[in-house]
Amino acid sequence: MRNIIAIFWREYKSYFVSPIAYVVIGVFLILVSNRFIYKFNDFVQMSFMSTAQAVNTQGLIPKFSINDSVIRYVFQNIRNVSLFLLPMITMRLFAEERRVGTLELLLTSPLTILQLILGKFLAAFALFLTMVLPTVSFSFYLFQYGNPDLGPILTSYAGIIFYGIAVISVGLLISSLTENQIIAGALTFGAFLFLWIVGRVGETTVTIWGKLANYLSITAHFEKFAMGIIDSRDVVFYLSLAFIGLFLTYQAIYSLRWR
Amino acid sequence: MIQVSNLSKRYGNFTAVDDISFNLRKGEILGFLGPNGAGKTTTMRIIAGYLSATQGNVKVSGYDIFDQPQKVKSNIGYLPELPPLYHDMRVRDYINFCGKIKGLKRGRERSKRLRYVIERCSLEEVQNLHIHKLSKGYRQRVGLAQALIHNPPILILDEPSAGLDPHQIIGVRQLIRQLAGEHSILLSTHILPEASLTCDRVLIIGRGKILAEDTTEKLTGKLKGSDTVRVFLRGGPEDLLQRIKSLAGVLEVREQKSEGRSKDQLRQFDISYELGKDRRGELSRALVETGAELLELRPQAMTLEEIFIKITSKESA
Repeated sequence: MRNIIAIFWREYKSYFVSPIAYVVIGVFLILVSNRFIYKFNDFVQMSFMSTAQAVNTQGLIPKFSINDSVIRYVFQNIRNVSLFLLPMITMRLFAEERRVGTLELLLTSPLTILQLILGKFLAAFALFLTMVLPTVSFSFYLFQYGNPDLGPILTSYAGIIFYGIAVISVGLLISSLTENQIIAGALTFGAFLFLWIVGRVGETTVTIWGKLANYLSITAHFEKFAMGIIDSRDVVFYLSLAFIGLFLTYQAIYSLRWR
Repeated sequence: MIQVSNLSKRYGNFTAVDDISFNLRKGEILGFLGPNGAGKTTTMRIIAGYLSATQGNVKVSGYDIFDQPQKVKSNIGYLPELPPLYHDMRVRDYINFCGKIKGLKRGRERSKRLRYVIERCSLEEVQNLHIHKLSKGYRQRVGLAQALIHNPPILILDEPSAGLDPHQIIGVRQLIRQLAGEHSILLSTHILPEASLTCDRVLIIGRGKILAEDTTEKLTGKLKGSDTVRVFLRGGPEDLLQRIKSLAGVLEVREQKSEGRSKDQLRQFDISYELGKDRRGELSRALVETGAELLELRPQAMTLEEIFIKITSKESA
């Protein structure tokens, strides 16, 4: 456990020593909060207009769900933006250590490979949480000025966490396969895009391949979380993807000894 | 401390390390000497647990490297050829981190060791600097501090003085000599004088095989077949060469002649005599008796370069 914490802290701190953490978190927050403000604004305008209309025409005052029209959208936005930014968090994890030679230090220390992988994984995951955490303030505004349902917000965050675990472990795997950060980054980005787009293919076909494609989509599994439903199938999907990612990373690092 | 037996490492058809066996004894400095690509680094990496071997086994402090890798790793301090440094960390934080992952669990113990290695490797001045700002010599010492932090009984140093300036080389060499009492050291180098200066014993390795193993003095003796002294004289009779030759025990005499020598210039002779029989006393007396001024008489040790070339060329022939 101590070893995991040691690896974790070094890795997490190094994100903040280099500009990586600030750039990634900054870009993320600008993009996400920008969409939030627009959506929130739209929602307020739309509800005002239709309420005014209803008053004028003596009709019923319509009720809009802030959950459906703002919150769900914002979480999908968080999911999509982080898909683009996570490769930058994961690409260096092992690639950089291999290039600089510090992996030799880690592998000749009395650490197990599992401790090493978990420490690094947790560091990337913690940075991901650090990145997502400020978006909790959105809910503050929603509760202050509206009356949203808390449930879907919580399940969406749960979904974000599961999604992050799965995506980061895939990124970690790809980073362990090369010595070059840029190659790792590009491959990770490609893999994420594939796992995203493959869902689009699935939407339009009903064959077994279509269903499989739909099942493989890392984004599609998020939809139910955003609607307030925690489906064990989605949880199992994310966790098994994470497990496969970490397991293959273990194999990749272990096999370095045989080169 | 380290027992290597029949160790081999193959990459496809290429054999990097070919069936080598040796021991590292307690408290000694064993030099691993060979040209680049001889298999030094590979062997060290296998012992340190970074690479696996194709064949053979290695025991470190009684633990087998394949069965109990964690135990072995905590007994070894390893400095790779390129010091494994995180350039964005401060020297102190880096060494502290290394202490943590090498099993120094208690904070107090770790800070004690930290203070000790920083002092030992003379890093006080730079301990709060970022590693990327350090010179090569300092980086090498930080690497050494990293290897020492958990007080391992065995140190494995891969070319510890590579790329340093002469001043720094002397510093690192002295540090290694000082460490030899408490630690058993396996160090590799392709710089021959370094091996003869720092090591108690040398292993000469070429193309993955051990070509010779002995103390530097004995290795020299074995290959020479005779002892040689070089003398510098002034004056003396013209037939000096013949006279020296007729002395008891002298096998061969050569005079190094230079063109246009004036009468009072130095004359240089290389005199070989039977191995192990020290004739310097008689020789000097005899030379003085001829009327020459004896200015210098010095035994010629065969340098490691010569040994090295002799051994490696014998191998390829």
